[in-house]
Amino acid sequence: MAETVFAPWDDPNEKPLIRFRNVTKRFGDFIAIDDLTLDIFEREFFALLGPSGCGKTTMMRMLAGFENPTDGSIELAGQDIAGVPANKRAVNMMFQSYALFPHLSVWDNIAFGLRRESNDKAAIAARVEEMLKLTRLEKFARRKPHQISGGQRQRVALARSLAKAPKLLLLDEPLGALDAKLREATQFELMDIQEKTGTTFVIVTHDQEEAMTVASRVAVMDEGRVMQVATPERIYEAPNSVYVADFIGDVNILHGAAKPVGQDMYEVGWAADHTPVQASSSRPFSDGQPCHLAIRPEKVSIHRDRPAADNAVRGKILDIAYLGNLSTYHVELPTGDIIKAQVANTRRISRRDFTWEDPVWVSWTKTAGVLLAE
Amino acid sequence: MRRAVLIAVPYVWLLALFLIPFAVVFKISLSDIALAIPPYMPTAKDGIWNMLSQLDFENFIFLTEDDLYWKAYVSSLQIALISTLFALLVGYPMAYAMARAPEQWRPTLLMLVILPFWTSFLIRVYAWVGILSGEGFLNQFLLWIGVVDSPLTILNTNTAVYIGIVYTYLPFMILPIYSALDRLDGSLIEAAEDLGCSRIKAFWLVTIPLSRNGIIAGCFLVFIPALGEFVIPSLLGGSGTLMIGKVLFEEFFSNRDWPVASAVAVILLLILIIPIVLFQRNEQKQVEAEG
Repeated sequence: MAETVFAPWDDPNEKPLIRFRNVTKRFGDFIAIDDLTLDIFEREFFALLGPSGCGKTTMMRMLAGFENPTDGSIELAGQDIAGVPANKRAVNMMFQSYALFPHLSVWDNIAFGLRRESNDKAAIAARVEEMLKLTRLEKFARRKPHQISGGQRQRVALARSLAKAPKLLLLDEPLGALDAKLREATQFELMDIQEKTGTTFVIVTHDQEEAMTVASRVAVMDEGRVMQVATPERIYEAPNSVYVADFIGDVNILHGAAKPVGQDMYEVGWAADHTPVQASSSRPFSDGQPCHLAIRPEKVSIHRDRPAADNAVRGKILDIAYLGNLSTYHVELPTGDIIKAQVANTRRISRRDFTWEDPVWVSWTKTAGVLLAE
Repeated sequence: MRRAVLIAVPYVWLLALFLIPFAVVFKISLSDIALAIPPYMPTAKDGIWNMLSQLDFENFIFLTEDDLYWKAYVSSLQIALISTLFALLVGYPMAYAMARAPEQWRPTLLMLVILPFWTSFLIRVYAWVGILSGEGFLNQFLLWIGVVDSPLTILNTNTAVYIGIVYTYLPFMILPIYSALDRLDGSLIEAAEDLGCSRIKAFWLVTIPLSRNGIIAGCFLVFIPALGEFVIPSLLGGSGTLMIGKVLFEEFFSNRDWPVASAVAVILLLILIIPIVLFQRNEQKQVEAEG
């Protein structure tokens, strides 16, 4: 049996768990969130991605109940939650600093939320044990937060926020304090736990790799507005703006004017004395409309001789960034533009084909780039 | 070598200004009253061995025989305890408000708490005489707004002593609590609320336990000096106010009974050692917990 793809956002009958409707949040003169409308569905792992100060933390704090929107409404499972205090919401949060209670043991930290709503000692103990098992913390139950490592603290914070089985779990830069290796392992652990518990996760992060790894959908934010909401693949392969293309991963941008030459085909005149490059686009452009062609470096190949490709441009190698598994060649075009081409290092470096100052050709296919209006 | 010198400095200080004077006082407490200068005997002039052989615990036994002394100790403990409690009740909200105040206000508020130290302690206590006396500001104000018909007798009662002690030692209560609350991570309170606590519940379950060390330190800093307080009960207290500091002063200057006064002082010190040791242990635990 083929597994159905999890994509409730494409199903018009699906009711969103969270609805932001024209939400605006002002702090004095500063507009943190600007007329934002957004749906998040049940069981989603939703990432809010953006540079610091883009409003992603404010959005999360509004969901948690620490801030209220200045305008607009936020609905959780069909109910407007404006004015519902944080302690009355079926929403829990994992804090960036973890905010573990230093005077309580790991066990008591996890039990903290459970004790507020029930006096059933046996049920609380059972739930705490379950959480300890889920996060593999059984051995550390009696320790105080300052007696365990950063990764363990992160898991305690997760266990504590999941203990009350919230409808929605908010994660504020949950892996920010971990080192790279541990972060990677923890990302998969988070996805695993999210799948096991079936809780809706909303994660705030400024790390695009993290957002792409864990999330079912990513919202790229800038200055209080959502620039694009889509699956990680679409965000990467089909960004809707130069901002998104530039924010996610590395990208080459060629500025030019579009000229329709056929069904969804355009020629982009990018420099007066160069042949226009060809690009396909499902987004319509009028003749002469200014546009930007965004091409990912890994879709650009590099050759010594003129290749038989849709688009080929001559240039000179300016710089080589050796990353181990990959090398990025910075190729300077005669116009002064720089095109980055990324090549997998399938051979040992001593046998590298190109070096600094080499004249080369860079090429890409018609469908490699994305044509963007803004 | 330099380290040894550095460590030696506080020890020499303690030895010269605390241990040696204490040894002198202790020796006097074992002597007998005499009409001489100094007003006790034996002294070192009689020869060391001769002197030592004449020392006895007579004065300590005397303290247990006259109930004035133990009543004064008990009354001092009671006054110190109640004052500490009031200082805590007044000081905690002040410290809390300071810690919650906007960042740019805090240095000013801190300054205001410390400001009274710029005036002599004695003058500040005298000022309370003017406030609390029969014709004082407080009574005039109360009469003027019509709360009372005749002036209240506050000065020269235990109430005045409580007011004086709480007023004087309040900064010692506020400062450690403030420092504990100031370090408190605000996201802990948010986490408590997020997990289902009301504001008040979060205060009891998170803020109070996490400021416990500040509370303990503040209480000791008020209790210890309040126990041996002399100036406040003698200026603000009445004839009924029994405090060991006052008894000690009277033994020493009015009765010129240095040996008994010294015995009183030695006992007072022994009583104080218990809270001081507890205080030190609390401080040490705090350092360990943070380390």
